[in-house]
Amino acid sequence: MLFAGIDVGSTTSKCVLLSDGEVAGAALVDMGIGTAGPERAYSEALAAAGAAPEDVACCVATGYGRASWKGADLTISELTAHGLGNRFLFPEARTVIDIGGQDAKVIELDAGGRMANFVMNDKCAAGTGRFLEVMAGVLRVPIGELEALAAQAEKAAPISSTCTVFAESEVISQLAAGTPVPDVVAGICVSVASRVAALAKRAGVKEQVCMSGGVARNGGVRRALERALGVPIVWSAQAQLAGALGAALHAWHKSEGQRGEVKYG
Amino acid sequence: MAEEIKKPRTPPDPSSAKYKLSKIAADAYKDAVAAKARGEKVAWVSSNFPVEIPETMGIATVYPENQAAGIAARGAGARMCEEAETDGYSNDICAYARISLAYAKLKSCPEQDVAMPDVLLCCSNICSCMIKWYENLSRELNVPLIMLDIPFNPDDEVSEAQAAYVKGQFLEAVRRLEEITGKKWSDERFQEVMSNSCRTSRAWLAATAMARYTPSPFNGFDLLNHMAVMVTARGKPEAAEAMETLLKEYQENVETGKSTFRTEEKYRIMFEGIACWPWLRVTSAGLKSRGVNMVTTIYADAFGFDYDSFDGMIRAYCKVPNAINLETARDKRVKLCRDNGVEGLLVHTNRSCKLWSGFMPEMSRQIGAACHIPVVSFDGDQADPRNFSEAQYDTRVQGLTEIMDSRKGGESV
Ligand code: SF4
Repeated sequence: MLFAGIDVGSTTSKCVLLSDGEVAGAALVDMGIGTAGPERAYSEALAAAGAAPEDVACCVATGYGRASWKGADLTISELTAHGLGNRFLFPEARTVIDIGGQDAKVIELDAGGRMANFVMNDKCAAGTGRFLEVMAGVLRVPIGELEALAAQAEKAAPISSTCTVFAESEVISQLAAGTPVPDVVAGICVSVASRVAALAKRAGVKEQVCMSGGVARNGGVRRALERALGVPIVWSAQAQLAGALGAALHAWHKSEGQRGEVKYG
Repeated sequence: MAEEIKKPRTPPDPSSAKYKLSKIAADAYKDAVAAKARGEKVAWVSSNFPVEIPETMGIATVYPENQAAGIAARGAGARMCEEAETDGYSNDICAYARISLAYAKLKSCPEQDVAMPDVLLCCSNICSCMIKWYENLSRELNVPLIMLDIPFNPDDEVSEAQAAYVKGQFLEAVRRLEEITGKKWSDERFQEVMSNSCRTSRAWLAATAMARYTPSPFNGFDLLNHMAVMVTARGKPEAAEAMETLLKEYQENVETGKSTFRTEEKYRIMFEGIACWPWLRVTSAGLKSRGVNMVTTIYADAFGFDYDSFDGMIRAYCKVPNAINLETARDKRVKLCRDNGVEGLLVHTNRSCKLWSGFMPEMSRQIGAACHIPVVSFDGDQADPRNFSEAQYDTRVQGLTEIMDSRKGGESV
């Protein structure tokens, strides 16, 4: 019997299938709400598990497009999903920072792992994944290369952290003034980190701090956040799947009253 | 989220509080139009200006904030805001101000027309944006402005000096109004108005305090509508009568286990901030569909003016919500949360209202800590529909519900 979690985001769709507390299949597709992405993520995860749709006992949807996934038995917010997913990946986690495509959130977990509070970004895209995408577009570099470029920086260029549009013109001015691209990229990472650090400080930073979502893979942002918060940040290579994992765990808990351990991969 | 099922509208019962209260609000607009037609002077009045003054003198009034809220709730907020922006007003300015300034130019808006003013009554105990808004109205419409300076009070009590400073201005305002309108102040009439105002306030405070029962006998969104009468008409006997009817209905609801929150009340929250008028249905349905009742708001306390003399009235206006220090304002809210069994705080970070939204991050943090409740905020606007995202609101409300559920031992994280 499988328990499915599907995370329909603004730019990506993720699916995790659990069987007896183990991940039986998972998939990530770079297409979000309003595309065939969620459907593809679901079928790819089923294929990876060698299973058919009828094997799924309960499906929980989360993410920006959670209400649009017709196959869901239940929906949960991304907040609960990332809290659950990360607590299983990091049993000591007390603070979860998730930088998603459209929003940034800091989730505070209590000692027992329950979500105690959360703080989310305001309406501006600064401090979200979209900000990084826009900046990568301006620099004409693939988003996946930002980390490597940031690592070559001598000194992060100052980039505004308050507005995506302002920051975009600053990046163009920096390039026009001859600032090396790695320094500009490092400045962009610092800009995202300082915005998210302000949210995290509002939520109250308790260790262990972990990072979730796609931006967790970007070491430039992660390290800038560690410096801004003065604490180490743990992350998993599966960070992008954490929301879907949390949703699958919720499906499992709901159906079987389980709170057991999940073995990943 | 569950689809809202549209039920056919039943005609309102004329003896119900809802009918009486909406009639009072609607009549105020009509009365001002009629007064204007008779050649009488009409005043545009800001919400924290002492209603007792125009009411005692029999001056017809229009409340531009209420007009703007009505326009926004009926879907014309963006149109009117854009009109003001075309004239050069920044879209960072309060949307009530933008709508009102656009109306002053157009002198027409089918969503809520009003009689044009002959005098403007404003006071500084609300916010600085309002001072400039009224100064501009005065200049654009070429009508006199009476501005009361009621300073922010950093202390807990109203000092003799402050009371005397404000009293001098009240008396001067009366003198100028007599001159402008030709109507006279009467002490006896003031006694009547004061007694009506206090009667209305006492009934309002008692009605809103009925939320201490579980389930609450009312949906807190009712308060947002009924409040219009508290702001504008509390000195009228029919307002006192309508509020007493409201109290009676809520008492009956408690006895019979009924509520105007027409679904199971699973969670009880306090809502902080002005309503998101353009998105009232969405914001209300997002809560109701999850069994979340907004049982209280600071409005439950804010318009409860209870005093027994002219001097007492002055002191009451020196203590309105926007003019008091953070600690006093916080304690009022903490009391509301405790008295009404509040389990979570939902804060409207209102892009229009810099004053209210500016102090909220710190105040809500302190309320959350004092009451051990989760605090969640969402971006919105009281009258400009362009500053709200339904998906963002929904995620935050769902997150808040999940925390409250998990605290009750539910299945969430
Ligand atoms: S900014 Fe706030 S306090 Fe000032 S007029 Fe607008 S809504 Fe009222």
